[in-house]
Amino acid sequence: MTAYDIISLIIGVLLLVIAFLAINSKKLIRSVIYLSALSMLAVVSFVLLKAPDVAITEAVIGSGLVTALFVFTLLAIKRRETR
Amino acid sequence: MKNIFGLLISLLLGVFIILALDSSVSFPEFGSAVISDRVSDNYLDEDNIEDVGSANIVTAIVVGYRGFDTLGEVTVLFVSALGVALVLGSSKKQARMDLKFKPNFMLRIGSKVLFGIILMTSIYIIFHGHLTPGGGFPGGAIIASAILLMYLADDKFRSNVKGFKILEGVAGSLFVVIGLLGLVVASYFLQNFLPVGTVGNLLSAGIIPIIYVLIGLKVGSEISGIVDNFLTEEESL
Repeated sequence: MTAYDIISLIIGVLLLVIAFLAINSKKLIRSVIYLSALSMLAVVSFVLLKAPDVAITEAVIGSGLVTALFVFTLLAIKRRETR
Repeated sequence: MKNIFGLLISLLLGVFIILALDSSVSFPEFGSAVISDRVSDNYLDEDNIEDVGSANIVTAIVVGYRGFDTLGEVTVLFVSALGVALVLGSSKKQARMDLKFKPNFMLRIGSKVLFGIILMTSIYIIFHGHLTPGGGFPGGAIIASAILLMYLADDKFRSNVKGFKILEGVAGSLFVVIGLLGLVVASYFLQNFLPVGTVGNLLSAGIIPIIYVLIGLKVGSEISGIVDNFLTEEESL
């Protein structure tokens, strides 16, 4: 087993664990944060698979824009519920 | 009971997927695929580099060989932005949504410094799309994330939405016009009719950098419009 295999294995297992946490967490905001972490790990795995183009796109859209939009939507919903 | 049932179903599905993919001949083991008998080998051929002129082979395929698909992709993004605008926007005057948090002075000033750096990165990624990884789509998304940062750091900030809409329309139309020019000057839609130049130079690869700049502007303005739609609401409450 080379270092590449070991790193890929660790990243893969972490991806599964974080995906499970994102589905199963009780608070929605935690789900969103886990989703962002999932995208970040996916970026690492894309780089390991030698796909830097996909990695850049995933880093910007997956962990940046989509997370921010989810957080803003949650804030807007919370504001409307308190009114 | 429900949890156990769900676990059972997901385990069963996992076993089925592994069995189906394991015995299939179309999925060779990781790293041992023979690409000499695939269609992609034609694109990866070293002689073709001189024809396309793009050092980044992904860009060569996305904009060079499959430019028409990219036009469709841009259209899909346009339709989704249109849908968001239809649901969340309205014809009345829009104002920033009050989210009950007030950014302080340091955040406001610091984000303005970061805004310039992020914008520079996006321009670099767009202009070097045919040389290094990246290109129009990620670059445009980085422009939009810079705009999002400004929205986050200042609760009164609003970008020039009307200007973005004009920019988006002009960039999209110019993409189609360049494609039609390829039809007129050369023989088919979106053909590379400009001289290719030296592979690896900034000014090379014919129409590929031009198209990528247009795509970057279009994607950036579209996603900025979506961000604005998410963070505004009708003024009178």
